[in-house]
Amino acid sequence: MADKRMTLDELVGELRSGMTVGIGGWGSRRKPMAAVRALARSNLTDLTVVSYGGPDVGLLCAAGKVRKVVSAFVTLDSIPIDPHFGAARQGGTVEAMEVDEGMFYLGLLAASQRVPFLPTRAGLGSDVLRVNPSLRLVTSPYDDGEELVAMPALRLDAAVVHVNRADAAGSGQILGPDPFFDDLFLGAADRRFVTTERLVGTERFAAEGPLQTMCISRLLTDGVVETPGGAHFTACVPDYPRDEAFQKSYAEAAGDGELWGTFRQRYLEVDEPTYQAAIRAAGTAAAEGAGR
Amino acid sequence: MSQAGSGGGSGAAADVSRAEYCAVACADVFRGNGEVMASAFGTAPAIGARLAKLTFSPDLVLTDGDAALVAGAPALGAAPSGLVLESHMPYRRVFDVVWSGRRNLIMMASQIDRDGNQNISAIGDWDRPTAQLIGVRGAPGNTVNHSTSYWVPRHSPRSFVAQVDVVSGVGYARAAAAGPAATRYHEIHRVVSDLGVFDFETPERVMRLRSVHPGVTVDQVVAATGFDLFIPERVAETRPPSTEELRLIRDVLDSRRLRDREVPA
Repeated sequence: MADKRMTLDELVGELRSGMTVGIGGWGSRRKPMAAVRALARSNLTDLTVVSYGGPDVGLLCAAGKVRKVVSAFVTLDSIPIDPHFGAARQGGTVEAMEVDEGMFYLGLLAASQRVPFLPTRAGLGSDVLRVNPSLRLVTSPYDDGEELVAMPALRLDAAVVHVNRADAAGSGQILGPDPFFDDLFLGAADRRFVTTERLVGTERFAAEGPLQTMCISRLLTDGVVETPGGAHFTACVPDYPRDEAFQKSYAEAAGDGELWGTFRQRYLEVDEPTYQAAIRAAGTAAAEGAGR
Repeated sequence: MSQAGSGGGSGAAADVSRAEYCAVACADVFRGNGEVMASAFGTAPAIGARLAKLTFSPDLVLTDGDAALVAGAPALGAAPSGLVLESHMPYRRVFDVVWSGRRNLIMMASQIDRDGNQNISAIGDWDRPTAQLIGVRGAPGNTVNHSTSYWVPRHSPRSFVAQVDVVSGVGYARAAAAGPAATRYHEIHRVVSDLGVFDFETPERVMRLRSVHPGVTVDQVVAATGFDLFIPERVAETRPPSTEELRLIRDVLDSRRLRDREVPA
């Protein structure tokens, strides 16, 4: 079997400015934050980020990496709106394609299944159609003749998701309660990366969780990176909960040049091991959880 | 006019708080529902859905707010370890429920207008909003697939507006204009605010004052509403909770009085 292990730097090296990048997880849950931090400190620019948005979106906007965001929401869960994304939108520095979260799902599914669109009622009558003038309707070819939204495939140049366990061949295991849409992000993408809390031997999966937790097949992955604490500060249960204190400090740095400068210097202009050491030093809850 | 909805006799109306009237009005949104998934955003709706399940709509299906359906009606803020789970409901499966119509929902609204359009996306110009909100989330799909109601804890001309800035949840006129595929399963059932209860039971399907909470005048509601509200000749008062409902709210579902933080006494 192919050995797909790689480093964060190698992952970022596969990407180019202007690419459309899908990011797995949901809100402030199981986001591939180590990869997001690596993107933030890279030379890449003009990215289109496709995400069930959380701090991945806000952080990349604040780092000046984003041209356009494709989302249904951008939230930190315990903090309703990511203020970094808010600042970027209110400052007019990023473009937004906002769709219903079910439309978003169908866009990924269409891309995964290599069809140009999938039909849905979602979006009909709403301003999703007004603010996205490229969206089209489709008329049912059957007797009902219903006119539905034709959600276009959300084709991705690359996708990154974060899982609890993975093996060197790129199979991934999600031990938390919701796999979200991670398999579809990978299925929709040309270059497909999995980051993981822990790289394990394939034979170890069965001891970690039941069969249905082994939900990312190696059919969907090109590269796998072991990044312990790699979802910090988002939730990565059962490995660790969200680091609420850290998330609060991230949110408070929005729109404050000095606070953001400090945050950036301490947490973004450093490599991942230095970041992990810094949060351990800060004694935050998630770091304690991750270290167990 | 007002009536107790379930057994237990009428409540001691004198000491019923505004938040408790709101919770009961939210519970009534789920009245008559059978086996549907009740989703409720905000404190009063969260109490309401649980209260409905414990009284007049026992077959309601509640979620744990994460990826599962729960048995019973857990108290607000109950520890996850104490919940009895009855089914797996990850986000992807939620769309199966939404699109099959087996759901009833109370969402919140940053803005709502006379036609029942709701906005949770952005305030101001789309290209450069004055305030970015959470995003449309599932509102467009929810509103054209199953009954949707709204909860607005602070009724003001800033929340009840002439026209919402970004139509997220779809109101009656917009659904009608979009055609039969949009109207087929569309219903905006109720709007509950801290001042009263509203519906769209008018010939033109525009917002109508259905009841005022005790202590609120019709003039107060009109003054706090940024559009021409349909006011019937006789306006009822929102029904009080029954004694049993009051006990469930106070002793079982929300003993920590989270409801008072949302709607101050």
